[in-house]
Amino acid sequence: MRITQGSFSFLPDLTDAEILAQLQYALDRGWAISIEATDDPHPRNYYWDMWGNPLFDLRDAAGVMREVNACRRARPNGYVRVNAFDSTPGFETTRLSFIVHRPSDEPGFALTRTEDAGRRIRYTITSYAAGAPAGRRYRSRDGDAG
Amino acid sequence: MRDSAERYRSGVMPYAQMGYWDSDYAPKDTDVIAVFRITPQDGVDPVEAAAAVAGESSTATWTVVWTDRLTACERYRAKAYRVDAVPGSAGQFFAYIAYELDLFEEGSIANLTASIIGNVFGFKPLRALRLEDMRIPVAYLKTFQGPATGIVVERERLDKFGRPLLGATTKPKLGLSGKNYGRVVYEALKGGLDFVKDDENINSQPFMHWRDRFLYCMEAVNKASAATGEVKGHYLNVTAATMEDMYERADFAKELGSCIVMIDLVIGYTAIQSMAKWARRNDMILHLHRAGHSTYTRQKTHGVSFRVIAKWMRMAGVDHLHAGTIVGKLEGDPHVIQGIYSVCRDAHTAKNLQQGLFFDQDWAGLRKLMPVASGGIHAGQMHQLIAYLGEDVVLQFGGGTIGHPMGIQAGATANRVALEAMIKARNEGRDLWAEGPQILADAAKWCAPLAAALTTWKDVTFDYASTDTADFVPTATTA
Repeated sequence: MRITQGSFSFLPDLTDAEILAQLQYALDRGWAISIEATDDPHPRNYYWDMWGNPLFDLRDAAGVMREVNACRRARPNGYVRVNAFDSTPGFETTRLSFIVHRPSDEPGFALTRTEDAGRRIRYTITSYAAGAPAGRRYRSRDGDAG
Repeated sequence: MRDSAERYRSGVMPYAQMGYWDSDYAPKDTDVIAVFRITPQDGVDPVEAAAAVAGESSTATWTVVWTDRLTACERYRAKAYRVDAVPGSAGQFFAYIAYELDLFEEGSIANLTASIIGNVFGFKPLRALRLEDMRIPVAYLKTFQGPATGIVVERERLDKFGRPLLGATTKPKLGLSGKNYGRVVYEALKGGLDFVKDDENINSQPFMHWRDRFLYCMEAVNKASAATGEVKGHYLNVTAATMEDMYERADFAKELGSCIVMIDLVIGYTAIQSMAKWARRNDMILHLHRAGHSTYTRQKTHGVSFRVIAKWMRMAGVDHLHAGTIVGKLEGDPHVIQGIYSVCRDAHTAKNLQQGLFFDQDWAGLRKLMPVASGGIHAGQMHQLIAYLGEDVVLQFGGGTIGHPMGIQAGATANRVALEAMIKARNEGRDLWAEGPQILADAAKWCAPLAAALTTWKDVTFDYASTDTADFVPTATTA
């Protein structure tokens, strides 16, 4: 399967030039870019690992791209996303978020049903990969570690 | 006429002379202001007609009453203070009327509307009357809860940013069994939609009772969420005959883990406010379908404009409101619709006569309401939808998803790919008006479902004249 979180997951993976254009769009609006990584992509895992603080003072897309690439190199076996944060009153929230790196094999999620009274079912979504301890998930078949 | 004995002599007196017209009145920051379009009967003076509207929507009756003198009646009288001819519409006038804040109960749309639209719309000296816009003072807004969730929190809960949300209404809207209904929901969500929606008239009918629908829909939502890794939702319509029934249905939706429930406008303002408070207490997004509104919003000379309904609904506290598509099958002049979207989404709405916005409106920190574009839209219009409506909107493609020749999942995928491709292109600085069709065609080269959608609906447009149009057009400056 392919996890379709983020703004552009239905498109082919973005090239570096395409990522740069999106970074520039965010920077042009005064948004602060942050980079995050995880190997636990549960749909309600809101807190991915921060790749340092948001880059509030870095206004150069190429500089941001270097950080993106450093994070991808450090976290090859998992997901990396870029967020753009808008501190304008009335927003003060993420305005754009998209995945820039994903593991080569995405096993997806198990849906566990627990039957309850009155035909009710309790649903639990579990990542197949997150069964292993953090850092040992999504090892690719040729064995490199995350 | 300032002589009190004269003023309160028994008998009938023009409303303007009774104190409901004051051309020198300067509205206070705390006044509620309404602008009405009035169409007086032949021979009725527009100023007297405006004063009559002010009178009948505040303290007056048809004759002088001495009991006015037991009150601070000058203060409680609404004051018509300005009457303008409507540009290009002979016999119609915009009447501005200011209302003292103490005329209204705090936090009550029912009370506000009982005055403003309560008695006055059947008043004989007027041929027609329309409430065009209102300025709600900050002091009054602060007595309302506002949207239970709001755009910012909704996006954070759903973990979806930077693009419109995508939805669809299950079709056929009536007749499916619960099991078949849930199938449509699952296919559409798995294919790429964020939400699927009950239609306004799906409640609990012989072919599908509500509990059955809720159970099958939540199976679909959870199964699609596991299949995609995304948060998904289905607007479970809890509209019912009584508040007790609605609370029972909403509580069941919450118990099943739904992130959103839905109500119809026809349940009434008080029920809407009750459900908004329920939604705030229960971390639930509240979707409002505007069922019934066109009976009083569509015709320009009589009724209530939808921008006023949108203001009331933002105050009442719903999170989603159907607000027009411009390009779809339902009524919608571009300027008027964009004005309604501003009412839903702005922190501060600026006066814009061309969009039907007669006042600056400070929203006093009330959360933003997500507008919903639904009705006769399809993937081939994606560039127009984004250019007109922006990204804080739910785009609902019902027929445009379920009617796809390759199936429901393919229909959903076509819409999602069209959406993401268009947002990406917009962010890259491309001109959506000029390049939109090419951007779609390029994406269709690698996305067969999008190619099929573009072919199927390529010539579908709903190009009819709108009835609710802007009165003001920009005038060319000589500079």
